[in-house]
Amino acid sequence: MTDPILEVRDLQTHFFTADGVVRAVDGVSFEVYEEEIVGIVGESGAGKSVAAASIMRLVEDPGEVVGGEVSFKGEPIVEFEETEAGTRRPTDAMLSNREMRERIRGREIAIIFQDPMESLNPVFTVGGQLREFIEINRDVGESEAREIAVEMLREVGIPEPRERLDDYPHQFSGGMRQRVLIAMALSCEPSLIIADEPTTALDVTVEGQILEQVADLQEKYGTSFIWVTHDLGVVAEICDRVNVMYLGQMAEQAAVDALFHDTRHPYTDALLDSLPRPDRTVEELRPIAGVMPEAINPPSGCRFHTRCPDAREVCRQVNPDARDVSESDERPHRAACLKHEDVFHEDYWSSPPIDNETDSGFAVGRTDAGGSGDE
Amino acid sequence: MSDTRDPGDATGQAGRTAAGASAGDDPLLRVEGLTKLFKNDSGFLSWLTVDRDADGVPVTADREWVRAVEDVSFEIRRGETLGLVGESGCGKSTLARTLLRLIDPTEGDVYFEGDNLAELSGEALRRKRKDMQIIFQDPQSSLDPRMKVGPIVEEPMRAHDMLDDEGREERARELLSRVGLDPQHYNRHPHAFSGGQRQRINLARALSVNPDFVVCDEPTSALDASIQAQVLNTMRRLQEEFGLTYLFISHDLSVIRHISDRVAVMYLGEVVELADKEELYENPQHPYTQALLDSIPVPDPRESETRGVLEGDVPSPIEPPSGCRFRTRCPELIAPAEYDLTDAEWAAVRAFTRRVVRHGFEMTTQADLEAEFFGDTRPGGPAGEALDRAFVLLERKEPDAAADHLRDSFIEPSICAREQPSYEVDPEYGDGRHFCACHLQRDEELTH
Repeated sequence: MTDPILEVRDLQTHFFTADGVVRAVDGVSFEVYEEEIVGIVGESGAGKSVAAASIMRLVEDPGEVVGGEVSFKGEPIVEFEETEAGTRRPTDAMLSNREMRERIRGREIAIIFQDPMESLNPVFTVGGQLREFIEINRDVGESEAREIAVEMLREVGIPEPRERLDDYPHQFSGGMRQRVLIAMALSCEPSLIIADEPTTALDVTVEGQILEQVADLQEKYGTSFIWVTHDLGVVAEICDRVNVMYLGQMAEQAAVDALFHDTRHPYTDALLDSLPRPDRTVEELRPIAGVMPEAINPPSGCRFHTRCPDAREVCRQVNPDARDVSESDERPHRAACLKHEDVFHEDYWSSPPIDNETDSGFAVGRTDAGGSGDE
Repeated sequence: MSDTRDPGDATGQAGRTAAGASAGDDPLLRVEGLTKLFKNDSGFLSWLTVDRDADGVPVTADREWVRAVEDVSFEIRRGETLGLVGESGCGKSTLARTLLRLIDPTEGDVYFEGDNLAELSGEALRRKRKDMQIIFQDPQSSLDPRMKVGPIVEEPMRAHDMLDDEGREERARELLSRVGLDPQHYNRHPHAFSGGQRQRINLARALSVNPDFVVCDEPTSALDASIQAQVLNTMRRLQEEFGLTYLFISHDLSVIRHISDRVAVMYLGEVVELADKEELYENPQHPYTQALLDSIPVPDPRESETRGVLEGDVPSPIEPPSGCRFRTRCPELIAPAEYDLTDAEWAAVRAFTRRVVRHGFEMTTQADLEAEFFGDTRPGGPAGEALDRAFVLLERKEPDAAADHLRDSFIEPSICAREQPSYEVDPEYGDGRHFCACHLQRDEELTH
């Protein structure tokens, strides 16, 4: 396989709030290869959107990328070095804000957000916004940009694209607006599109239309996608490889089929078990006990140990990174779980099991489980 | 007047009553021909149009009505969960609010334990509310942030004069533990709870007055998957413990499949299909239900087959299509009886007509169009003549006239545009009634 176009190594993004430091993304690594759709999946608060924004260097105050590396086609988007005083500072080679704005965002990496109304300006026409974006990023004249805009709108399935150029965003339905944003993202022919929950606000039939369209366009243009979502159904539908995040860290990384059918992390397992299914009747759902702890005060050791049915004493002490646990030497299947003792060598099996929120009658902090306990 | 329905109309369609209870089993709630129209006015006199050139009075009244819910009938049996599923804007929340009389119905009756809620008013209605409760989607905004959890749960009891202060507090604590919260949390404010816990507080509040019937309007849509499973399990347990009857509204077909006994599917203000859960999911008959089920992403990559994607957008509820409201998007629109077309010919004609009606293409020559849509399936006879005429109009650059002509020739004469469908289907799973509002069922019914 060729080199990845995007490589993320040990990315750390922290938010400096009055209550303390929130480690929203805490040492995340993954890569994106050419022409693939990579999913980042997790529940709210897992840090998936912050990870996506960090790649674009769009994290806003009080948040800050404080460590790790992001390199895109060999160019350092994020890169740090140690100073003599032992602190970290960005290297000289790291792209400046201006280079990010002029060379990377839009041209090389585009982003689509969940709420299309927030990304489109309500007082300008859709055509005008699309045209301006194309003019700036592709160095073409007004009339040529207009032609490209019409062509892209047709490509994403908007009927009568030429007539609709003069419409305002509120005259489009939610699904149509999201199509406009996809057209905008594609119009500059970027190598990578980051889609942050783009279909979450849409109805299922519209979501279906858009997923179908994205799959076709991805094939046609060969664009890579990072698809951020909480919906494992969407992941199964369009992703080639998947990264599962929990509380700012990677739990499991695998090809989509392996993730669903050869699950290696108890969190992924529990998440799949908790879903009601559209294709069969599930009599009893098996929810994950408890709630995700606050990122401001994460548990020691493995972050999932407070809710994990397989947790043992050693999980309280050791925080595992995601390592390759696949038996064959096909594509790596990484899991951050000490259960895989032959990879982690932490004597998991001889460590005593611990009581946590999965056992009724004992609760850590807030509990959403059926059983109640002392706070 | 076209903006309100003829009262005779509702009784004339009593046959549309959807699947109901088996004989002798009195339903808890029976909805008959429920209709809710909203005025589409934005201002005091904005519905008046002034026409200076008109003869006589130069002002005309031009009221538009949003037909949010129209002629919906169903029953809910004691102790069951009826799932109500549909896309945003289909009228499911309006239906729920109308049947609880939170908004007044335009027409129709709602019988709850024998009383017609649509006719009750004042104190009698207020007392009746004790037996019917609702839980809303957003657990945050349905709890007063300045009140403590205990008093929040006690408030409905106070409104209905249940128990004394001590008794209410005792019951509130008891309920908190029944919904899976710590009774010690009695003195906390809502902000100290997570989303899932807040929805549990809402549950405790709804149950405080010991209702028979609870409407749950997207109660888990704002929650994460793992938390949603916890809340759904709790709701099921409570249903058994308290003998509750649920109307469970959701856009999520997976959740509906898990929680419901029977399921009703809504589209553009109408119930299009209603059947037992297994029957509806395993033997769906309405093309809209089939399209919905095809669209859900299944959390299993080995199940991702190509799906039938629905064309177009939901039409406006101000002027809904005549006959079957789904016909403008239906992949199985029935050919008008006067043409004798093969399935392939009709598919080509239908695709071509829809494309012209939506103007979704740049003008090309007749030869190109024929090749693109018809190939060697070009029908002859009267249908062929109608197509010839459309091509002439397109050639003359009159796409609107061509669209009108095609609509008049191929869509309006279809049974789908002329008659409101209402059929009973023989169920394959279980023996509950299966109602389906689709004319494809008409042949089935004739053969019985």
